[in-house]
Amino acid sequence: MLGSGIIKGLAVTAKNLAGSFHDPARYVTQEFPEVQPQLPENSRNFPFLVADDGADPMGTLRCVACQICEKECPPQCIYIEKSKDKKPDAAGKLQLYPAVFAIDTSVCMSCQICVEVCPFDAIKMDQVFAIATTDRFNGLLLNREQLAKSNQYYHSIHPTEATEVDARLAAERKAAEEKARAAAAAKAAAPKPAAPPPPQPPA
Amino acid sequence: MPPAPIFATLDPDRAFLERAPLLVRDFVTGLFPPSLQWLAGNLLAVVVIVLFFASLFALLTLAERKILGRIQNRPGPNRTGPAGLLQPLADAVKTLVKEDIVPRAADQVLHFLAPVVLVSLALMAFAVLPYGRHLVPVELDAAVLYFFAAGAATELAVFMAGWASRNKYSLLAAMRALAQLISYELPLLLSVVPVVMLAGTLSTTGIVAAQAGWTYGVIPHWHVLTPWGAAGFLLFFVSALAESNRSPFDLPEAESELIAGHLTEYSGFKYALFFMAEYFGMTALCGMGVTLFLGGWQAPCAFLEFIPSYAWFFAKLLLLLGVFMWIRGTLPRLRIDQLTRFAWKFLVPLALINLGTAAFWQLSAGWSGPALQLARWLVALALVAGPFTLLGRRLSAGVAPRTYRYAA
Repeated sequence: MLGSGIIKGLAVTAKNLAGSFHDPARYVTQEFPEVQPQLPENSRNFPFLVADDGADPMGTLRCVACQICEKECPPQCIYIEKSKDKKPDAAGKLQLYPAVFAIDTSVCMSCQICVEVCPFDAIKMDQVFAIATTDRFNGLLLNREQLAKSNQYYHSIHPTEATEVDARLAAERKAAEEKARAAAAAKAAAPKPAAPPPPQPPA
Repeated sequence: MPPAPIFATLDPDRAFLERAPLLVRDFVTGLFPPSLQWLAGNLLAVVVIVLFFASLFALLTLAERKILGRIQNRPGPNRTGPAGLLQPLADAVKTLVKEDIVPRAADQVLHFLAPVVLVSLALMAFAVLPYGRHLVPVELDAAVLYFFAAGAATELAVFMAGWASRNKYSLLAAMRALAQLISYELPLLLSVVPVVMLAGTLSTTGIVAAQAGWTYGVIPHWHVLTPWGAAGFLLFFVSALAESNRSPFDLPEAESELIAGHLTEYSGFKYALFFMAEYFGMTALCGMGVTLFLGGWQAPCAFLEFIPSYAWFFAKLLLLLGVFMWIRGTLPRLRIDQLTRFAWKFLVPLALINLGTAAFWQLSAGWSGPALQLARWLVALALVAGPFTLLGRRLSAGVAPRTYRYAA
C-alpha cells in the first residue's frame, strides 16, 4: 500500500533513536579526547626513527645516514646530514649516524616508501595523528630528537611487524657473528693465504 | 449525557494555574495609567510571544540536532555546557559576531529587507493561536484566514531573498519556493475547509470550542478522531511540511543542488533570522494543526483537566514538532517534479474528496442507534480509504514498489 515504505522507514529511525540510549551496539560513537581510539595495527601516517634503547635514543638510532630514504622520498620531505665521526651500532660495528635528520610532515604524503627502501629497518610508520600545531612551519618540521622513538614503542603500535623485524635483525646479527667466528677459525686453521676462504652465502 | 468525570476537579475556568497568566498580565497593565492599559496589554502579548518563541526556537535547534544525532546513532552536540545545553547560546554568539557580507551586485535594500519581512510575517501568525483557555493574543473572527494569509506571505519573502541576492542558485531556489507555495497552499487550505465547515466559524477559539467534551470522560471529541479529521490532519501535516520548507520538501534550500538555496548570499545574523523564521513558521503551523485537529488546549481526558490548558497546548505542539524532526531524520528529499506531481495529483484530489466526507459526516450527525452509527463510520472510512488506495495504486503503477538490482 502507498505509504507503507514511509512507515517502515519511520520505524527504523525510531528504533535507532530509542536504541541509541540503551543499546551499546547501536551507539557506536567514541568521544575522542576522553576515549582514545584503538587504531588498527596497519594504520600509519608519518615516519619515525627506531632507536634500540629508549633510554638513550640518540645513541642507539638504527639509522646509519645512508640517505636512501632521502633520495627515494617522492615529495622530498626528508633531509639528512651525515655525521663526521662513527659510532658503534647495535652489532658493535662502527657506523655513521645522522647528525641532522628532519622530516617536514606538511610535505610528507605518508606513502611509506622510506620504510620500504630502508635496509636497516631504521625508519617505520607512526600512528600519532593528533599533530595539530599553531606554527605551520617549525611546528610541522620534525627533527631527529622528535622523530626518535624506542623499539618498545614500535612493538606497541605494530606488534606483528616489529616482532618479525626483531627476528630478522637477530638472525642477521647471528649470521654475522658466525661469519666472523668462521673467518677467525679459518684464519687460525689455515695460516697460509694460498687458498681463499670459501664464499659465504649472503646473509 | 456522559457520566461525571472520575476525579472531582476544580472548576477549570477558575483554577489558579489556569488564570495565572491573566493575573500577571493584569498586574503589569495595572502599572500603567488607565488610558494606556490596552496598549500595554497588547505590547506585553507581543513581547511575551517574541521572547517565548525565540527561546523555544533556541531549544528546538538543539533538540533537532540531538534527535537527528540519535536517529543516526550519534550523541549530537554535547560539548558546550552540560549535555550540550549551552549550544544555542554558542550558536547565537557565533552568528552575531560573524561578518555580514552583502554581494556588491545585490539589491541592497531588498537583500536587507527579506529576512526582516520573513521573521515579522512568521511572527504575525502567532497572534491568533489560542494557547490556552484564556490565552488568545488577538481574538479575530477570521483568524484562520489571517493565519494562512500571513503564512503564505512568508514565501514571498523567500522570493525576495532569492531575487535580491543576484545569484543564480538563490534565484532558482526562489522559483522553486514559489512553485512549492502554489502547489501546497491548495491542499493545505482544502484540508482546513472541512474544519471550518463543521465548526461553522473561522475563529480559532470557536474551532477549539467545537472540539470540547468527552465521550465517557476519556474519548475526546477532537477532529482527528473522526474519519474525515484523521484524513484532513494527515493532508494538513504533509502540506505543512511543504509549507514550512521542511524535509522531505526542503527543495528551496536543497544543499546538494543549490548550495544553500536562497540563503547562499546570506551570512551572520541575517542567516540566523532566516533560520529563526523557518522554525517560527514550523511552530506556528504545528500550533495551527493542534488547534484545528488535535483539540487545541483541551485535555485528552476529563480527569486530566486539572493540568492547565496551556500546558496541554504546548505538550501537543512539542509532540508535533518532534514528529517533524523524526520525519526529517527519515525521508530523503523529493525531486521538484515529484513534489508538484504529489501535490496536484494526489493531495488536492484527496482533499477535495475529504470535503465530501466531512459533508457526509455532518449530514449524518443525527443518525442514532448502533447500526446507523456503524454504517456512518463505515461509509466515512470507505470514503477516506477508498480514494487513497485507488489513487495511490494508480499513481504508483509502474513506479512503485521500486526494485533494486544491486542493493538488498
